[in-house]
Amino acid sequence: MTSQRSPDAHSGDDVLIALRGVSKAYRRGKEVVPVLSDIGFDIRRGEFLALMGPSGSGKSTLLNLIAGIDNPDSGSIVVGGNDITRLPEASLADWRAANVGFIFQFYNLMPVLTALENVELPLTLTHLGRRERRDHALLALELVGLSDRIKHFPSELSGGQQQRVAIARAIVTDPTLLVADEPTGDLDRQSAEEVLTIMQRLNREMGTTIIMVTHDRRAAEHAKAIMHLEKGELAERVELRRE
Amino acid sequence: MPLLFTYSLRNLRVRKLTNALTAGGMALVVFVYAAVLMLDTGLEKTMASTGEENNVIFLRRSAEVEIQSVIDRRQASIIEGEPELMIGQEGIPLVSKEVVVMIALPGSDRSRTRSITTRGVGPRVLALRPQVKLTVGRMFVPGSSEIVIGGRFEGIEIGSQIRFAQREWQVVGRFDAGGSGFDSEIWGDSEQFMQAFRREVFSSVVVRLADPEAFSKLKARLESDPRLTIEAKRERRFYEEQSNTLSGLIKVLGITLSTLFSLAAVIGATITMYAAVAMRKREIGVLRALGFRQLSILAAFLAEAMFLGLAGWAAGLTLASFMMQVKITTLNWTSFSELAFPFVLTPRIVLQSLLFALGMGFLGGFLPAVQAARMKIVDALRAI
Repeated sequence: MTSQRSPDAHSGDDVLIALRGVSKAYRRGKEVVPVLSDIGFDIRRGEFLALMGPSGSGKSTLLNLIAGIDNPDSGSIVVGGNDITRLPEASLADWRAANVGFIFQFYNLMPVLTALENVELPLTLTHLGRRERRDHALLALELVGLSDRIKHFPSELSGGQQQRVAIARAIVTDPTLLVADEPTGDLDRQSAEEVLTIMQRLNREMGTTIIMVTHDRRAAEHAKAIMHLEKGELAERVELRRE
Repeated sequence: MPLLFTYSLRNLRVRKLTNALTAGGMALVVFVYAAVLMLDTGLEKTMASTGEENNVIFLRRSAEVEIQSVIDRRQASIIEGEPELMIGQEGIPLVSKEVVVMIALPGSDRSRTRSITTRGVGPRVLALRPQVKLTVGRMFVPGSSEIVIGGRFEGIEIGSQIRFAQREWQVVGRFDAGGSGFDSEIWGDSEQFMQAFRREVFSSVVVRLADPEAFSKLKARLESDPRLTIEAKRERRFYEEQSNTLSGLIKVLGITLSTLFSLAAVIGATITMYAAVAMRKREIGVLRALGFRQLSILAAFLAEAMFLGLAGWAAGLTLASFMMQVKITTLNWTSFSELAFPFVLTPRIVLQSLLFALGMGFLGGFLPAVQAARMKIVDALRAI
């Protein structure tokens, strides 16, 4: 394990995400609570980055900003050449549909849709036909080892299985970026291991860039690098492995 | 069906009872709304079918109904001699000089009297009004105290006697007028009725035209004839006009009631949909994160509310269709005679009630759907 303290920007063509001077504060009544202050760093294409830090350190907020579901108060977030902070609401939604896959702590599947339908859902935003959508969804479910559960509703699946369906949903559109917020936080050790292994495979074999927020040191160790946040600032970046 | 709408539709099954109650409220409103339209259509159809397109009715000028009208024998003879009239089988023009008198008869339960129209008609009345057919017994013999009764008087037996105008009248037949206003009338010989009611004049003269197009010419000539103080109307138009007052009342009362009820149903749907949005905040956040636009979320929740309206429509209209078995008997406020008419369901009412129900769903779902669409993604995802 190598450790380097500088969270400075990388340079070169392999940079997928570039954050510059990103700040964000929340208002609680009259009080303004700063969450992120002047954050700047790059994430390379094909990276598997774990974001760690104590509660309230701003790691989830940072993840939300990068994923385009929240806006910074200042600064720019350039993803694949697009400054997403300048995109209007509808374009940002289209951008998310095409570029970002989400994995949440509590899986967040649609309870009234089957596993297959849940995975198919993001594909309805593409130009794919019905048959192609189904084929893609089946392939994604096969990839997470759930081909035999396609007709099951989320309530009929275990937590680990639900999270695997969520991963299938996240990767079915073949996004450039996968963001995961505590993806193993609600799982037992074995299921967590399975989920993390799938994520590692996606990163290694398909080159998907993954950013994962986690509290769990063991989960973080599946990433290629760990970035620590403290009180809204980058504290350290630890490189675990390079390929 | 697009997957997002499948999602909306299936969510209705999640909170079955609440949604069923909401749709049930809408169903009741649809029922009232459709029933009012069916009643009005029934009335209009009954009145319109009372008149024949080829027939012309002559009344005293400015008389709106037959009981206000008087036409003396001299004027009736002039009308009878006009060349536009259709000639019947015996070589005689098809004319019915009629006298219309309201009488009060005891009802079937004897406790209340009914206001009945009696119509003294000419001998060729059946040729003049082909929609009227004798179903039981025979036609009255001119010059006798015999009468025939409309299809509505089911309780009166053929051969029985009815007393009015200080005479006993024998019922010799029953006719079916195809559900028209005539079904609520008693017919006899007009000359006999004039004697019995001590009348010197007819109420109206009805003629059948050989060529319906000749109406305007005949009307213009006779209305400007200085010997006549009459007005000519197409018979169908005349009866349609008679339903206007009652029809107007049904419409105003019915639509006002349905609108008031629908407000309650819309509020019910709004509450239900607000609850649905509150329960599914996190799902909304996920959908938005996945890339669904605000407009899609708006459409999904509006669709859900409109599905509720659709369910309400189906139930309400089914309920209303049973009303087709019911016949309403009421006083025609224009002619003051009793009139029976059914509830009639038409494709137009089916469509109107559908739009009404979808409209209720749309209005009920609008504010909650806007709330769902405008939710901040991060806040929605944080919801428990």
